[in-house]
Amino acid sequence: MTAFLVVLVIILFGVAVWQMSKILELSKPQQDDTSEIASDKDNNVHGYLMLGFVIFIYVLAIVCHVLWSDVFLPESASEHGVEIDQLWLISMVLIFIVGIITQWLLHYFAFKYRGRKGQKAVFYADNDRLEFIWTIIPVIVLAGLIIYGLFTWTDIMNVDTDDDPLVVELYAYQFDWRARYGGDDNTLGEANVRLIEGANILGVDVSDPNAQDDVVVNELHLPVGRKVLFKIRSQDVLHSAYMPHFRAQMNCVPGMITQFAFTPTITTTEMRQNDEVVAKVGRINKIRTENNKALLAKGEELLELYEFDYLLLCNKICGSNHYNMQMKIIVESEEDYNAWMAEQATLAEALKQ
Amino acid sequence: MSAHEHVEDHHDDHGHHHKETFITKYIFSQDHKMISKQYLITGLFMGIIGIAMSLLFRLQLAWPDKQFTVYEIFLGKWGEDGIMDPNVYLALVTIHGTIMVFFVLTAGLSGTFSNLLIPLQIGARDMASGFLNMLSYWMFFISSVIMVLSLFVEAGPASAGWTIYPPLSALPQAIPGSGAGMTLWLVSMAIFIASSLLGSLNYIVTVINLRTKGMSMTRLPLTIWAFFVTAIIGVVSFPVLFSAALMLIMDRSFGTSFFLSDIYIAGEVLHNQGGSPVLFEHLFWFLGHPEVYIVLLPALGITSEIIATNARKPIFGYRAMVASILAIAFLSTIVWGHHMFISGMNPFLGSVFTFTTLLIAIPSAVKAFNYITTLWKGNLQLNPAMLFSIGLVSTFLTGGLTGIILGDSALDINVHDTYFVVAHFHLVMGISALYGLFAGVYHWFPKMFQSRMLNKKLGYIHFWITAIGAYGVFFPMHFIGMAGLPRRYYTNTNFPYFDDLTDVNIVITLFAMFAALGQLIFLYNFIHSMFYGKKGPKNPWKSNTLEWTAPIKHQHGNWDGPIPHVYRWPYDYSKLNKDESDYVIPGQDYAPQTVPLQENEEEMHH
Repeated sequence: MTAFLVVLVIILFGVAVWQMSKILELSKPQQDDTSEIASDKDNNVHGYLMLGFVIFIYVLAIVCHVLWSDVFLPESASEHGVEIDQLWLISMVLIFIVGIITQWLLHYFAFKYRGRKGQKAVFYADNDRLEFIWTIIPVIVLAGLIIYGLFTWTDIMNVDTDDDPLVVELYAYQFDWRARYGGDDNTLGEANVRLIEGANILGVDVSDPNAQDDVVVNELHLPVGRKVLFKIRSQDVLHSAYMPHFRAQMNCVPGMITQFAFTPTITTTEMRQNDEVVAKVGRINKIRTENNKALLAKGEELLELYEFDYLLLCNKICGSNHYNMQMKIIVESEEDYNAWMAEQATLAEALKQ
Repeated sequence: MSAHEHVEDHHDDHGHHHKETFITKYIFSQDHKMISKQYLITGLFMGIIGIAMSLLFRLQLAWPDKQFTVYEIFLGKWGEDGIMDPNVYLALVTIHGTIMVFFVLTAGLSGTFSNLLIPLQIGARDMASGFLNMLSYWMFFISSVIMVLSLFVEAGPASAGWTIYPPLSALPQAIPGSGAGMTLWLVSMAIFIASSLLGSLNYIVTVINLRTKGMSMTRLPLTIWAFFVTAIIGVVSFPVLFSAALMLIMDRSFGTSFFLSDIYIAGEVLHNQGGSPVLFEHLFWFLGHPEVYIVLLPALGITSEIIATNARKPIFGYRAMVASILAIAFLSTIVWGHHMFISGMNPFLGSVFTFTTLLIAIPSAVKAFNYITTLWKGNLQLNPAMLFSIGLVSTFLTGGLTGIILGDSALDINVHDTYFVVAHFHLVMGISALYGLFAGVYHWFPKMFQSRMLNKKLGYIHFWITAIGAYGVFFPMHFIGMAGLPRRYYTNTNFPYFDDLTDVNIVITLFAMFAALGQLIFLYNFIHSMFYGKKGPKNPWKSNTLEWTAPIKHQHGNWDGPIPHVYRWPYDYSKLNKDESDYVIPGQDYAPQTVPLQENEEEMHH
């Protein structure tokens, strides 16, 4: 009850103040107060600030590049990735040129033509030729980009099975990956989630002759220089198989098999020697050593030092552990790959155990 | 026409004698000006929630290992001991996206200014149907309430991302937020769509039928063109989202299989077969992409008007601007597939969508160049609204340019769903549209609140903080995207590869907090000026458009006596007379639309 009374008093007090201020307001004469409209002084100040702002944008761009251009992905580890990087570079240079010029014009005009008493604006409503020019220039430039882009895209996405690619199934589920190799016949056995049972977590049809020599692993090994065709499945929700170092990504869709193919060109060992990667690993380990000092003081478990590995990441929101759904990829020489493969149990063997 | 006007005038006379109660005036009002204020205030309220959420998850991203009691305060059981639950992180990004896109930038921006400006700028007494208009607002209000209520559901609000892709959004086994939270999300959005459709139909009918005498389509201010075309896109695309939502509801509750097939989850196989999640993606983005322009076009319309007024110059290339709006609107409905390059759809479709997507760059470029030319040789009055408009052109350029990369299917492969995308769309539609909203509020505040003006000093501070904060947040974000960092990760340090991005994330979060602080200044300015703002002149920005000829005091029917007639287009700023000795109206650098053609004035084609 007291609480209610207190609230009531507060509300009534508020109403009283509001009403009083309203009376005060009404007692004042109405006038055309122009003090909230930009004066010449405001125009001047903010004209200069506009000029300052475009410089801020440039400085921000430069500082970001100086500080963080080392976080970018290292050189592409796949054949088509080189094409993508090339197209990326061309597009980036182009948009930087356009961006720098247009931002400058925009802010410089805002500064140069800032309002002053007596200054007359020019009544300039139309110029067909000018508008034609800046319609046609983007048309030409974009036509070039579109054509280049489409050729690259078609090259990447059209898989030529005559190349005899290594067929690998990527299987996504909350929240991990499995890879399935076709085995000696390089052909995957049929599979469906309805057949999932016990150790057969991929739902492979065990009666399919092609399935007998399939190999299921949770670490993806790829031979360098051979085209790999990924057949991608999902068990539950959408996932996305993202392999940033290979410039490769494809969604995993329950109910259908999607595909993506690329040829790895750089082995894991070679990539670990790459200057950019060495520098990146160095930085990460520095951070980890720092963190370890704190952990040591607390008496907690220490972080291991990091060694570079290619990663397959999930890149489509898939649930609470989305951020931790990844698989190691190892690219190695043909011999190493074959040796590794020889050690793996085939599906038939694995299910017998 | 004249008979029609007579009826209108007659109606107006009656209007004055109606006794309005508090409820009919402030709550169930059918007056477009009051409805626009209702939209604005509801939108701002939702905006506060949306931005607060972004601060929470930015805090988590910058310092994933630290504990913050603020989580416990706002998230309760999901933030125990100051540790954010991974599911609630996903819920925060989901609801942040939903609220900002639909509730703030669709309803808050388009709803507010379409309602305020369409009748006032075309010279109409009110919307074609005041009742439908009221209904539209109250359905929006109900959908907002349901969306906010869904935050308090036991298993948590929807958390499958604002795009709610099934099966994640369809299966409570997959994520807790797909239970009651998702149901409420869908119900809220279904009502929202109905509200948006009622509003849009009203806008279209009003613009087509209720223009005053002399107000031909080519004399419409660009604001009205933008609202008109936006409404058309809304009518075309929102029903498709409705159908998607309906099918999702059926999949969730009635055992259908529109989007579900071959799923094994939580130890059992589901019965669903034959559906396709890709179908949902098509339906969703058939709205989702036009939605970007539903958000952006009103902002571009608002800034066209504000830039012309404050540059004291006609907008450069009026017809090209209208043509670009139409071209963007048309193209926007055939580019949705660029969100799906790697969804598993046929790569040939990817090629088609790359082509149409990059085409959109052309009308967008024309718009940007025309804005810049409008500034050229102007006499720029740098009011806060003008600063926000220039800011919009700047972020529209920056964000639009990275669109050239993302629209290219080959390049999209490696940055799809990374922070590069997040940076791109926040700049080009989020920040740009927000700037449009702010520009509109600063410019038309006096029209909304009986000539009271927002404090300009606070406005300037608000702009500069926001401008620096926005670039500070989203420019560095491109870098972590190019490093390959996927979006919607609860923490980026769970495995070592992205450890070195922590610095960038901290910088981004600091800028985000800085920018959010600026918004508090705006809120204070808004609320304070609503009651105590200084009263400016009737036409504070010396604008040509009709709304400034209406009496300051709001009334049903907008104008005392007859509706003003229109004799010219709205952009006769600084027009000189034939012998170029003075302005058309001597000593006044603008000629309002209601001023007939003067002697010694050259007639334009408008």
